[in-house]
Amino acid sequence: MSTEFTFARDMSRLGRLQRAPEFFLTRDALTLPRDDRRSFLRKAFLAASAATIAGTSARAFAANETANETAGDPAILNLLAHSKGLGQPVAARPYGLPSKYEENLQRRESPGLTRVGAASVSFAPLQGFFGIITPSGLHFERHHQGWWDIDPSQHRFMINGLVANPKVYTMDDLLRMPSVSRMHFLECGANTGMEWGNVAVPTVQYTHGMLSCCEFTGVPLKWLLDDCGIDMKKAKFILAEGADGSSMTRTINLANALDDVVVAYGMNGEMLRPENGYPLRLVVPGVQGVSWVKYLRRIEVGDMPYATKDETLHYVDLMPDGQHRQYSSIQEVKSVITSPSGGQVLLDKGFFNVTGIAWSGRGKIRKVDVSVDGGKSWKVARLETPILDKCLTRFNIDWTWDGGDAILMSRATDSTGQVQATITEMRKVRGSKSIYHNNAIQSWLVSANGEVSNVQVG
Amino acid sequence: MFKSVDVFATLRPVLSPLPSRERARVRGGVRNGIGRVSSSISPLTPTLPCRPRSRLHALAAPAAARMRAETPPTPRKGRGGSWLVASALFLIAGIGFAEPNIKNLGRPATPAEIKAWDIDVRPDFAGLPKGSGTVARGQEVWESKCENCHGAFGESNEVFTPVIGHTTKDDIRTGHVAALRSDTVPQRTTLMKLSELSVLWDYINRAMPWNAPKSLSTDDVYAVVAYVLNLGGVVPNDYVLSDKNMQATQNQLPNRNGKTREHGLWELGGKPDVQGSTCMTNCAPKVTISSRLPDFARNAHGDISAQNRLLGGLRGVDTLRPAPTEFVPLAARVSKGATGSTSTATTAVDPAKLAAQHACLTCHGIANKIVGPALIDVHKKYAAQKSDAAKLLVVRIKSGGSGAWGSIPMPAQDHVPDADIRAIAEWIAAGKFQ
Repeated sequence: MSTEFTFARDMSRLGRLQRAPEFFLTRDALTLPRDDRRSFLRKAFLAASAATIAGTSARAFAANETANETAGDPAILNLLAHSKGLGQPVAARPYGLPSKYEENLQRRESPGLTRVGAASVSFAPLQGFFGIITPSGLHFERHHQGWWDIDPSQHRFMINGLVANPKVYTMDDLLRMPSVSRMHFLECGANTGMEWGNVAVPTVQYTHGMLSCCEFTGVPLKWLLDDCGIDMKKAKFILAEGADGSSMTRTINLANALDDVVVAYGMNGEMLRPENGYPLRLVVPGVQGVSWVKYLRRIEVGDMPYATKDETLHYVDLMPDGQHRQYSSIQEVKSVITSPSGGQVLLDKGFFNVTGIAWSGRGKIRKVDVSVDGGKSWKVARLETPILDKCLTRFNIDWTWDGGDAILMSRATDSTGQVQATITEMRKVRGSKSIYHNNAIQSWLVSANGEVSNVQVG
Repeated sequence: MFKSVDVFATLRPVLSPLPSRERARVRGGVRNGIGRVSSSISPLTPTLPCRPRSRLHALAAPAAARMRAETPPTPRKGRGGSWLVASALFLIAGIGFAEPNIKNLGRPATPAEIKAWDIDVRPDFAGLPKGSGTVARGQEVWESKCENCHGAFGESNEVFTPVIGHTTKDDIRTGHVAALRSDTVPQRTTLMKLSELSVLWDYINRAMPWNAPKSLSTDDVYAVVAYVLNLGGVVPNDYVLSDKNMQATQNQLPNRNGKTREHGLWELGGKPDVQGSTCMTNCAPKVTISSRLPDFARNAHGDISAQNRLLGGLRGVDTLRPAPTEFVPLAARVSKGATGSTSTATTAVDPAKLAAQHACLTCHGIANKIVGPALIDVHKKYAAQKSDAAKLLVVRIKSGGSGAWGSIPMPAQDHVPDADIRAIAEWIAAGKFQ
C-alpha cells in the first residue's frame, strides 16, 4: 500500500474548488430559460446545462476558459429566480426547518439491528455535522418502549428514599428555580458496539452515531437532594426512574449525583424534544446515555445499588472470562474522523480538511493525533474551541490526497492522560463480546478509486 | 397543598421607602434573589453560606424572610440591626451545598403518592410486595400476554432476543453460566445473564407486557416469574413462587455469581483498564487490514449517496452500483450530484419508504410476521378476496383494530396523512413489494 502522504497547509489550492454545478439544475434554475426573453442568454444556459449533463462541469469551465472574456459561469451570468423575484414572508414557517437541499442528513436506523421500531435506535448523521453542537432534530434516539409527548402540566418529579422530606415538584416548580446551562456529550454505551468483533456497518453515522452533544438547562440535582434533606450519613446511591412504559431505572453513585448531574428540561435553548425525554430528563455528564433517564419522574436515595433491568440484563459488558461487568457507566476517551469517512467518495485529488470530534467522560480533551498511513505515524491535529469538560471537541488537520491508498485514523488523549487504544488493544483486555464501551480508534480506508470505507487494522 | 407566594407583593413595602438609587440596587438583588436568597451567592459555585457584605443584602434579607413566614428569623446577638436580620437570612436558607432557597418550591410527597410510584425492588428484595403465583398460572398468563413476542417456550428470537436457553444444571450448581465463556451460543438469553431475581420480578412488573406495561396483578407477576424459571429448568412444575421464597429461589439462579464490579467504568476516577500508545513515528512496521465489509454488504444500509450532503469535496458513495475500479474524477460524478437535490421528490412517492417512514415496517415485515402480520400475507388475504382491497386497507390502517390477525391490536394510524395511507394501502393491495 502506498503510504506517501503529506500533511500540507496548501491553502492556495483551495481557490480551485468551485461550487458544485448541481445549482445549474435546481427547479428554480430550470424555469429561468422559459422566463428569459433574451434568447442568447437562454442558449448560453442550455449549453451550460447540456455540458453539465455531458459531464463537463462548471469547475472545468472555470479552470480552462477564464481567458475568454465573454464566457462565464451561468450561475453568475444568468441571474436566478431568487435574485429577481420576491421571497417568502416572515414566519412562513413559524418553526423553521432546514433547507430542502439538506434532506439527506437524517436520523436513520441500521437495518437488521433491531426488530421493532419502538425498541430501537436511530443514528445521528455525524458525517454532516459541523462544530460540536448536535441540532435538536438530529439528536440520536434510543427508546426501549417507544416515545411519548407528555403533557408537562401532568408531569411530576418526586424525590424519596433516604431523605428527611420526600417532595413532589411540578414543572412549574422546576422552571422557577435557578438554573444552570451546560454543554455535554451524550453517548449510548453501545455506540460502536457492532464493531467489537469485526467491521459491521459502512458509515460514521452507524459506527458512531449514537452520539450527540447539546447545551442542557436545568437544576443541579444536588440542590434538590439538599432541599429534600438527603441523609448524607446513610445515602450512597440514587436510583433515577422514568415515567414512560419502560420506566427506565439506573443506579448512580452519590458522588456522581452530587458532582455535576442536572435535572434538565432545556436542550439547545428550547425545551427537550419529546424523543429526548420532554419535559424532563436526567443529565449525567460523562456517563452512558441509558443513565440520562428520560421522562424523569423519580429519584430515590438509597444505600445499595439497585441491579435494575438495564444494569443486570442489558447494558452489562461480557468479558472473556464469562463474567459481566455490571454498572459500567463512564464513556472513556474516544474520537472519530467524521470527514472524510466511510461511505464517502473524494471528488478530486488535492487538499482536504480532515475533521472529526473527540470526547471523554473523564474530563476534557487534551490532544488529538491523526494518522493517514494506518497508524505508522501521527501528527497533532488542531483543537477548536471551546474545549469543555465531558463535551465534544472538534479537531481539524490539513491533508493532501495524492490519489493513493490511505488509512485515516484519529487518537484522542484526555485530561486524565488516558489515550484512546486500538481495537486490537481493546480486545486483548475485553475480548470481542462486550457490546458496550467500545472506544477504539476508528480507521477509514481511502482507496485509489476515491471511495472511503470502514476497515479495522491489526 | 403548596401555596404560592407573590414575591414582588411581599417585597414592595420593603422597597418603596428607599431612595431611588438604593431601590435600583435592591431590585437587582431581589431579582437575583428569587428562588435563592442573596445575589452574593452564585448558584454556579457551591460554597457554604457567605457573610453579608453590603447593605444590599441586609435590605433584601427581611423580604426573603417574609417569603418564609412560617419560619420566623432568629435574631443573633452581638451584631448591628441590619446585620442581625441578614444573619437570620442564612438560617432560613439552610446549610449544606445548596445555596438557592428553593424550599418554598415543591411540596411534601404524601405516603399514598410514594406508594404509587416507589415500585422498584432491590436485590435484597426491599420493595417486593407480598404475594405468590404458581407455574401453572404463569403459563396461562404467558400464553395470553407474553407468548406473542417471546414464543411459547421463551425461546423466540423473532421480536426480542430469547428469554430462555443455554443454561444447565451444572450452572445452577456453580452460579456461573458456562456458555458465556464459549463461542457456541449465538446470543445471550435473559436467563444466561440473570444474576438477581429481584430484577426479573421488577422488569415484568414495571415494563411488561411490552405494549401494556404495569397491567399485571402482583400475583400474576409472581406467576410469570415462576413460569420463566420453570421454562429454564430452575424450578419444578409445581413450584409456587412467593415473597417468602424469593431468596431461596435466588440461590438457584444459574448466573447468580456472574457479575463483577471490578472495573474502572463506574466510580468517579476509576482506573482505566486499556491504555493506548502515545507513539508518534515508526509506530507500526506493517499495516494489515484485518476486517472490512464484504462486497455483498455494499448496499446493506441503502444508498449512501442519499445520506450525505451534496456540497464540499466529498459525496456519498453510490452503493446501488458496484465500486468503480479506478478513480472517477469530479466531472463524471456531477450529473449524479446535480440530480441529488431532487432525489427526495422521487422517494416521497415510494410507498415502501412511506411504510418505513410511518413505522409500518417496525411491526409488519414485508415477508415476515413481526408484531403484526407480514404485508405479503395481508396482501394475499385482502387482494384474493376483495376487489376493493385498497379501500378496505385504508380504513384498517386509519382506524386500527384487532382480531383479524390475533389478539395484539394495531393502533389507529389516523395521524398519517391520507395520501400516504392511500399510497401504502394501494401498495399492499397490489402486492408488488419489489
